[in-house]
Amino acid sequence: MDLAVKNNLLENIAVPSDGTSAIRHQALYSLHSLGLPTSKTEEYKHTAISRLLEKNFQSLAVSTSKGNVVADTFRIQNLDAHVLVFINGEFDQAQSSFSTKELNIQPLAVALAERKEIVEKYFSKLADTKADAFVSLNTATWNNGLLIEIKNNVQVTKPILIHQINDASKSKIITASRNLILVGKSSEVSIIEKYDSIGEANFSTTVNEVFVAENAGLTYTLIQNDGGQRYQFNHTSIQQESNSRVNCFTLSLNGKAIRNNLQLSLDGEGIDSHMYGLYLLTGDTLADNHTVADHRKPNSISNELYKGVMDGNSKGVFNGKIYVRPQAQKTNAFQSNRNILLSDKATVNTKPQLEIWADDVKCSHGCTSGQLDEEALFYMQSRGISKDSARAFLLYAYAGEVIEKISNETLRNYIDNLVSERLHKNF
Amino acid sequence: MAKDNQVLEEITSKEYEHGWNVDLETDSAPKGLSEDIVRFISARKNEPEWMLEWRLSAYRQWLKMTEPKWPNVTYPTINYQDIIYYSAPKQAAKPKNLEDIDPELLKTFEKLGISLTEQKRLTGVAVDAVIDSVSVATTFKSTLAEMGIIFCSFSEAVREHPELIKKYLGSVVPVNDNYFAALNSAVFSDGSFCYIPKGVRCPMELSTYFRINAANTGQFERTLIVADEGSYVSYLEGCTAPQRDENQLHAAVVEIFAMKDSHVKYSTVQNWYPGDKQGKGGIYNFVTKRALCAGDHSKVSWTQVETGSAITWKYPSCILKGDHSSGEFYSVAVTNNMQQADTGTKMIHIGKNTKSRIVSKGISAGKSQNSYRGQVHIMKRADNARNFSQCDSLLMGDQCGAHTFPYIDVENSSAKIEHEATTSKIGEDQIFYCQQRGIDEESAVALIVNGYAKEVLNQLPMEFAVEAQKLLALTLEGSVG
Repeated sequence: MDLAVKNNLLENIAVPSDGTSAIRHQALYSLHSLGLPTSKTEEYKHTAISRLLEKNFQSLAVSTSKGNVVADTFRIQNLDAHVLVFINGEFDQAQSSFSTKELNIQPLAVALAERKEIVEKYFSKLADTKADAFVSLNTATWNNGLLIEIKNNVQVTKPILIHQINDASKSKIITASRNLILVGKSSEVSIIEKYDSIGEANFSTTVNEVFVAENAGLTYTLIQNDGGQRYQFNHTSIQQESNSRVNCFTLSLNGKAIRNNLQLSLDGEGIDSHMYGLYLLTGDTLADNHTVADHRKPNSISNELYKGVMDGNSKGVFNGKIYVRPQAQKTNAFQSNRNILLSDKATVNTKPQLEIWADDVKCSHGCTSGQLDEEALFYMQSRGISKDSARAFLLYAYAGEVIEKISNETLRNYIDNLVSERLHKNF
Repeated sequence: MAKDNQVLEEITSKEYEHGWNVDLETDSAPKGLSEDIVRFISARKNEPEWMLEWRLSAYRQWLKMTEPKWPNVTYPTINYQDIIYYSAPKQAAKPKNLEDIDPELLKTFEKLGISLTEQKRLTGVAVDAVIDSVSVATTFKSTLAEMGIIFCSFSEAVREHPELIKKYLGSVVPVNDNYFAALNSAVFSDGSFCYIPKGVRCPMELSTYFRINAANTGQFERTLIVADEGSYVSYLEGCTAPQRDENQLHAAVVEIFAMKDSHVKYSTVQNWYPGDKQGKGGIYNFVTKRALCAGDHSKVSWTQVETGSAITWKYPSCILKGDHSSGEFYSVAVTNNMQQADTGTKMIHIGKNTKSRIVSKGISAGKSQNSYRGQVHIMKRADNARNFSQCDSLLMGDQCGAHTFPYIDVENSSAKIEHEATTSKIGEDQIFYCQQRGIDEESAVALIVNGYAKEVLNQLPMEFAVEAQKLLALTLEGSVG
């Protein structure tokens, strides 16, 4: 079984030739030596994604068929944003709308060809191709994505929405996207990534490398509410310099299988990092969140809150690592993971992990798994609220703790409605 | 600062208290491991054929296995052919009572502070002492026998109670469970066996004392405790080893089989030689401990105080198979200088209404690395399972590390799981508060650490609790700075 995965899916993987050919070939080599992860791979212990891929795909080579979707069907109502639409991994100029007044947006491939210093300084510097087979796969095969560059002292007023839509109505689709985001000193930006798909099984890998300079602020929101048959791998590495602020939101509401790697490297002092996650799973959805907060310098704060509800046959996996390096004295790092299981067929595997080499620190993690409060349910029922509604109310309040942290009002309302609708309908 | 350095120096130059070795004539096997050695051990112990077969099958399985690499510890590759797998203190015949025992040996125990005769009279603890792999004497045997309790060395049990051994040996820790368990199954030389019959409440604490004396020997003892329906036993285990430059291997297996309504309490104070401050020498303590709560309402609690060993690799676990069964794990693990500890527990909930509780307190000082690694697994049928875990780490000094790897796997929606972990250093304000009231820094640290570990120490039987508290203070003396 394990060998089969290694052999079949990784055949015929072509490597495009461009300025990063050397890096691509290196990554392909890593991919073949690592092989796709199995249940023996510690980081994928509970996530049988390779088996799912093997069941649904013949090869993981990037597909070339074009798609035809109206992006507006999936848009976030009333959100005033720079919108960049990708259909089947191809940039769709007609459906996108953005201005380059405050920022520089260009296709990553073009940027890498024109500006060698970007390749040297930033490209493939954060996402480790030797550690994760899917990062290697993406690094070897990506064919779309953006460079988003914000100069120093720029407050980008509108959020940037990267909308990735796969149209697998005619054939199975495999895409690989790559984004490089550079946030200049004392600048501020909000980036939203949204995934949708129609049709049959499709698989996408995305690797984002983000550099946040001194005093800068970044809000990064990932919305995975894929009604279709998407299997997805998302890897985001963020490097923070001194006094920068990062807020990450990972909202996994739907899809076939989701694996998110979110890695924060706190490479400066006075940094403030927050990671929030919410996963509401039904059917046979699998959502796996692996996060890292790597404290490399003193005096920083990281805080993490991930909450999940699992119903049906769904499976939630959480792994949160906090590293505190020897130099990182006076670190404060907190992590909390809470889970509610609603069905006996649903499972949760969680592993909050602390690795600490500095002594003057305050670190803690907590995790729970349980069910809704019977008394609260009874109280509401005794006042004429049906059991289902009462359940939905309680779950909505439970999810609210994460949703209320979203600062953009339009976005918050959108998520709020999405969650409330789903809770009343599916749970 | 100058004072701190001085204090630090004092502790680092502190010698291992139990670091003497007694000249006992020993009867050893040649170095190395092969089928012949396994046969040699078995023959030396006058074992029946089935026991030899069991060992050989374990040995064959071991050959196929590889040493685990996942623990968060580093050590040079162990040369399994450079170890003496059997070493027994030479004796003419099996002693009938304490008077027949080699006086040198008795002196050893006296130095350890567990003089057999003394203990016999004063504390009423029945001791089975194991030196270099062989069980030397079992006190209080006849008193226990009156109640139907069997407490004897493993080799004696193989001879006298083969039906029990055949039934329960390997029933909790199978031969091929892991690399070191397989190794132990092949070459284990002795250990203790304990059987508590139906409805008997063992009136005294049962105790084993382990000591590695001869050079280059590995100690591979095996403990098997069978608690029949409705019985109760409290079992103590203590360990020391003389100071030596080479690393010595200790790969023990402890199996506990708990039947309906039984209650087993297993306490360990482990103080193997930890190596010197450069990390030279010391014991590799690779131990497999597991309890099977087979019957309904059975209960097993593990308590451990780990202060010794160069490397500790140990996860006392409970398989909660019976409905309403419960498992507990209380641990204090202290590492100093170059020590490494990767320890924790596994609670596998299979039965309905099963409960488990984990309290782990890690303290790291010097350049040591201390890891908690634990798993709480709620299986599909384990309705209403309940777990509470708390693992705290205390750091002293800026060169040590504390790590936490908890795995929580839930497959049943009615389970309630809580896990929390914290890492911090000793509060300067707490030390200051004590000093302000005339308690010197050293005592303040001891006071705070004892308070921190109290929840665990409280679980130990009286005599052990005192020893454990002293050990804690001793290991950490002066390590604040």
